[in-house]
Amino acid sequence: MNMPFYVAPEQMMKDRADYARKGIARGRALVAVQYVDGILLVAENPSNMLRKISEIYDRIAFAGVGKYNEFDQLRRFGVRNADVKGYSYSRDDVEARSLANDYAQILGQTFTHEVKPLEVEILIAEVGPTAGEDQLFHILYDGTLVDEKGMSVLGGDADAIADRLKAAWSAGDDLPTALTKCATALAGPDRRIASDDTEVAVLARSNGRRCFQRVPDEQVRAILGS
Amino acid sequence: MQVPLFTAEHDPGSNFTSLLKMVGLDPFGATNGLEGVVAAPHGTTVLALRYSDGVVMAGDRRATMGTRIANREMEKVVPADRYSGVAISGTAGVAMDMIKLFQLQVEHYEKIDGRPISLEGKANQLSQMIKANLGAAMQGLAVIPIFAGYDLIRRTGRLWDFDITGGRYEEREFVATGSGMGPAATVLKVGYRSGQSATEAVELACRALWEAAEVDAATGGPDALRGIYPVVATISADGWRAVDDTELASVFERLAAAQRAGRGAAS
Repeated sequence: MNMPFYVAPEQMMKDRADYARKGIARGRALVAVQYVDGILLVAENPSNMLRKISEIYDRIAFAGVGKYNEFDQLRRFGVRNADVKGYSYSRDDVEARSLANDYAQILGQTFTHEVKPLEVEILIAEVGPTAGEDQLFHILYDGTLVDEKGMSVLGGDADAIADRLKAAWSAGDDLPTALTKCATALAGPDRRIASDDTEVAVLARSNGRRCFQRVPDEQVRAILGS
Repeated sequence: MQVPLFTAEHDPGSNFTSLLKMVGLDPFGATNGLEGVVAAPHGTTVLALRYSDGVVMAGDRRATMGTRIANREMEKVVPADRYSGVAISGTAGVAMDMIKLFQLQVEHYEKIDGRPISLEGKANQLSQMIKANLGAAMQGLAVIPIFAGYDLIRRTGRLWDFDITGGRYEEREFVATGSGMGPAATVLKVGYRSGQSATEAVELACRALWEAAEVDAATGGPDALRGIYPVVATISADGWRAVDDTELASVFERLAAAQRAGRGAAS
């Protein structure tokens, strides 16, 4: 009989965390900021079909970075959970906080119990009736749940992007200003992201029941230049 | 009721009804295996017709239970999404539930799949829901909807009616269903012209409902006393637009004036 090697729990967790972090760092980053009419989400994404940002429910959006198949499965879970809850209770009972908790549980469980952690970082954004009630829940690969204020950055090189964005960002910005700042922060000083490689969506308070809306390519091009 | 993280082979895809069944909330389960006939409030006349840029849908607001008026302001015509609407006559409770389920199915598909269902796909979905309700329909809880919308692929308004078994029939001009369907359909048939404007189509829809209410006790007419008017909406390339009550009030005022004039100075 083969005896398994002893691996210290600290080492095992560190190995898993490194593995997940490496996977996430390979992908391109994503930012979310409050702007004057709600929350703006901007991702660097060369694909026009495989989305990183999507609608979950009336006031809730999902954004994920890392391995596409993994965060997309989590996205579907979110849509299903929200729709079933809204069906059996009321649309008012669907909220980002409990969904973020569910996600934290799933990611945490997978991190400690499964063969491989999920190589994803996700964001659950909810636009409130007023800017003060907007919520950004950032959930890490190990289930760590962070309640962020005003802005959030996910993915590779997040710290540097967050520093750049923090210096520029203001909650009162209109859409073109906020989008320009986000794209500049994502790109960094040495490069420019083509507007075709930018995925942009908003949760806009003025949008009626379904606040989520993708900003059309033409509009992104008009704001950022091609 | 917790929704699990489905594995690939158990994934319900973009079908909301299948998802509900998988988490133990079968929307059509309540009446399975029951016998006998149930009496419940009924919603009545709804109709739809095509016009130059799309379709007009309309429905009265009354729900009845026998000879009693159960509700005066029921909305039997609702948007399914931005470019389509559903109108339902039949057992009110079941109809409202089916509308809710249908709206959710359309939205759920769009969110899961990342793009909306085609107009014909939506009509087909509705047809499957009616079929699933056949057991309840046998006990007197029938629901007969109309589905109409603007087809973004074919760039035209389209409309469908259904039978109790889920049969789905596309109509070219107009359709009416419910207890007042006889007079309503006659008015539509006589007044319909292809290529008429939205204003003309809205007026024709109002006249059809008016005539239905004249002869059918279960169909509610315009209620100027309480300010309750039928639901009338247009669906075109610009999406769903409900005709507001002030506009409807003036349409019905014109209809009433024409009736008075037609009768001479009898009153």
